[in-house]
Amino acid sequence: MSAAPAVPVTAQTVARLARGVRLREDPVRGQTVLLAPERALALDDIAVMIVNALDGERNLGAISEEFSVKFEAPKEQILADVIAFIEDFSKRRMLELTS
Amino acid sequence: MNEQVSIPRTSEWTDRDGIVKRIDIPAPIAMLAELTHRCPLACPYCSNPLELEGARGELSTDEWISVFGQAAALGVLHLHLSGGEPAARRDLVELTAAAAKAGLYTNLITSGIGLTEKRIAELSEAGLDHLQLSIQGATPDLADKVGGYKGGYDRKIAVAEWTHAAGIPLTVNAVCHKQNMDQIGDMLDLAVRLGARRIEIATVQFHGWAEKNRKALMPTKEQVLSTNALVDEARKWLEGIIVIDYVPADHHSTYPKACMGGWGRTGLNVTPSGKVLPCHAAESIPSLAFETVRAMPLADIWYDSDAFNAYRGDSWMAELCRSCERKAIDFGGCRCQAMALAGDAAATDPVCVRSPMRQLLVEQAEIDSRAEPPEFVYRGH
Repeated sequence: MSAAPAVPVTAQTVARLARGVRLREDPVRGQTVLLAPERALALDDIAVMIVNALDGERNLGAISEEFSVKFEAPKEQILADVIAFIEDFSKRRMLELTS
Repeated sequence: MNEQVSIPRTSEWTDRDGIVKRIDIPAPIAMLAELTHRCPLACPYCSNPLELEGARGELSTDEWISVFGQAAALGVLHLHLSGGEPAARRDLVELTAAAAKAGLYTNLITSGIGLTEKRIAELSEAGLDHLQLSIQGATPDLADKVGGYKGGYDRKIAVAEWTHAAGIPLTVNAVCHKQNMDQIGDMLDLAVRLGARRIEIATVQFHGWAEKNRKALMPTKEQVLSTNALVDEARKWLEGIIVIDYVPADHHSTYPKACMGGWGRTGLNVTPSGKVLPCHAAESIPSLAFETVRAMPLADIWYDSDAFNAYRGDSWMAELCRSCERKAIDFGGCRCQAMALAGDAAATDPVCVRSPMRQLLVEQAEIDSRAEPPEFVYRGH
């Protein structure tokens, strides 16, 4: 019954959206929003791309690798950004993490 | 990134003095659907209006489904199915399925009474996104006394377990006041044990039925300060485990709360019979007339009705608020509180430190908080 303790986020972390958290197109405002209990966050394109990559199978290292090739940017920098994003959303209980 | 969504539409209307006003009105984000006023509990701080609507006047299944569709088209993202006790509606599963189908993020706000393991599984199947379960205390004795319903506590624990088992994310709602504020730490522990991802700790709002129970409910300043400190600490040690949303006692705050995020700016409320209100207590303002979804499209009510435009912008404000740099932060506070305490819904919220009524309010809160709590005046249904 008790909640899982907070997990440190690393390149090995595998994340997916928690149940009750989902992306939705918002045609009225022309944007993509992440919906969670009492929260509606408008995401920019990069955030949408990260959220869409959280398939619960690939780890953050693999996702960053893919972005690094796609955008011709250093993998370390991308990984640091992705980890910061995941830590932020995890604190808000929007993700389920495994390592 | 991460900004709360909003987009303005400009609307024009003529105010009571015949002056044409123009204002940017954002599309609403959230809608509270009070499916029914029927409720098995009798909480002494019930937020439903003093005059309850009976079962016969309630919107039908089809009428509610139409309202959900209109809300989604208007830009509503979150739908809160509330009451009374929404589980008292036999068509709750059907309504939930329709709301989910309309694309709305669907949240059930419930006391848990009337929900069974089977019904929760059906709600999950219907696409319910989230469930908010109220608790009245951390011990059965106190919780059942506050709710006025014997066996309620045990039932709620069972409902939390069924919700968890069905995989529906759970928020625990704890309304706090003089008689349970010293159990906040235990209620937090309980919420974590029940697997809640989130807890809402909200201090009783003193209008409507709660006014009848001020001496039984008003927390002392010491209780408020120790709860503030406890919440601050708990947010640190429970980070990543449970999100804590806390509404402190505004009688002990410096500035008023930005009630509803501003009148007619972020949310709307539909009563059991289909009246559309800018907030659930708005009917306490006698000068306002409210439109109903039985007679007018929801979008027209939101953008063009007098009640929604009454306190938009700043032209309605007293000079004290209109010249204040905080007017875009708290919008002058709560209109219903201004009505209840100052007798004028357009007055500065008397909670504000700049209100001439502030001193009186603080003194009365102090007296009520020190009083030996009398028996509750329970809400009858």
